Amino acid sequence: MKAKLFDYIDRDNFIYNLSGLTKLVCFICMTFSVMFSYDIRYILFVMALSVVFFRMSEIKFKQIKLMTIYVAIFLLMNFILTYIFSPQYGIEIYGTNHELFRISTRYTVTLEQLLYQVTKITKYASVVPMGMIFLLTTNPSEFAASLNRVGCNYKGAYALSLTLRYFPDMIRDYQDIALAQQSRGLDMSRKEKLGTRVKNVMNICVPLIFSTLDKIELISNAMDLRGFGKHKKRTWYAAKPVRKGDWAAMAFGALILAGSLFVTFFVNGSRFYNPF
Amino acid sequence: MGKKMFEFKTKTIVATGLGAALFTLMFMYVKVPTGIPETDIQTAYGIGAFFAALFGPIAGGLIAFIGHALSDSIQYGSAWWSWVIASGISCFIIGMVYPKMRVEDGEFGMKDIVRFNIYQIVANVIAWVIVAPVLDIVIYAEPVNLVFVQGVVAAVSNAVSAGVIGTILLVLYSKTRSKKGSLSKEL
Repeated sequence: MKAKLFDYIDRDNFIYNLSGLTKLVCFICMTFSVMFSYDIRYILFVMALSVVFFRMSEIKFKQIKLMTIYVAIFLLMNFILTYIFSPQYGIEIYGTNHELFRISTRYTVTLEQLLYQVTKITKYASVVPMGMIFLLTTNPSEFAASLNRVGCNYKGAYALSLTLRYFPDMIRDYQDIALAQQSRGLDMSRKEKLGTRVKNVMNICVPLIFSTLDKIELISNAMDLRGFGKHKKRTWYAAKPVRKGDWAAMAFGALILAGSLFVTFFVNGSRFYNPF
Repeated sequence: MGKKMFEFKTKTIVATGLGAALFTLMFMYVKVPTGIPETDIQTAYGIGAFFAALFGPIAGGLIAFIGHALSDSIQYGSAWWSWVIASGISCFIIGMVYPKMRVEDGEFGMKDIVRFNIYQIVANVIAWVIVAPVLDIVIYAEPVNLVFVQGVVAAVSNAVSAGVIGTILLVLYSKTRSKKGSLSKEL
């Protein structure tokens, strides 16, 4: 329960001073360029770039330690599961077969399979620093403003900003209710049987959900009274102006995406790159 | 008062915002292990189904989409887009039941329970057995048999979650609401 959402600490450096809009555009561009391409050279290039940006943003490792562990476990699971389910998928994709050694007739180790799985891992891993930069260096209230500016309906953007605003409150409420119920003798630990534990968890969630429904009523009445949603547009208190550096960063993001498409269509002729 | 399928009033917006926060919380902390790696029964889908039935497809779809994307981002630094989209679609389809429901007037009988569960099962099958695996293959080029196995497991566990938790919550909620026309004027 210690995980803090958007552990946002204001710092003064190039990445932090970019507007939320810029960071969103760059994040989308770089994510898509990696998602689309299966060329390990290009993915490694993007990965190197995102690591450089990560250094530039001066985020402390302590802030992302837990995240890194989760990602590592997830990638490892995916690596193993992929191999168990389709050990020959690399051959199918690349169309060639270079066998290294053989465990059984089905489970052979081929260069293609290794390349496919390593590419896949770098593909996921290369996006992670970008996501962390985006999450940790963007002011949550500014984020809604930037979504609105890229063309998202402001009512939708407002819903998201409400989510970010109320998430910490909800964690606190959850903890309060959990502690209150535990002090009344509800056992949440592993000592209890699974069935009873599920029931006990429900006993905590139900009050939380119903108090949320009350809150929805309260907040929407307050917003209606202040005339929310009357006009087609709204302004944002937290919006940052788009400066020269922002345009440059956005152009750079677009360039990365264009590069990925170029490599896919003109250099390789497909999404996959086969060196063999 | 008639209910429109795709209305987007202030209440829908607030329900979306708070619902998504609740979804994120449940998604991250409140799950029931099944024993198969990477697949827990997510209680969050029960919440998603509950909110979708109460506030309609737009709220439902956005709640699951934002909630899933946010919890993925907080835990992994980046969202697994194919499953995030599938989450959104499943709760969007469940939300289609919204114009037919009268839960806020205290009515949620056997017929409504059956109707809600039919919508919910159809939605989960479409989202997890069709949409999620296909997107996995198109976006991430994952192996075909792996994603379909994962999809079927997800469909079953999410349908169980939406069916059990969603139904219980709807019954409980309908009991807290006073029935329409329960008061009569004394003359």
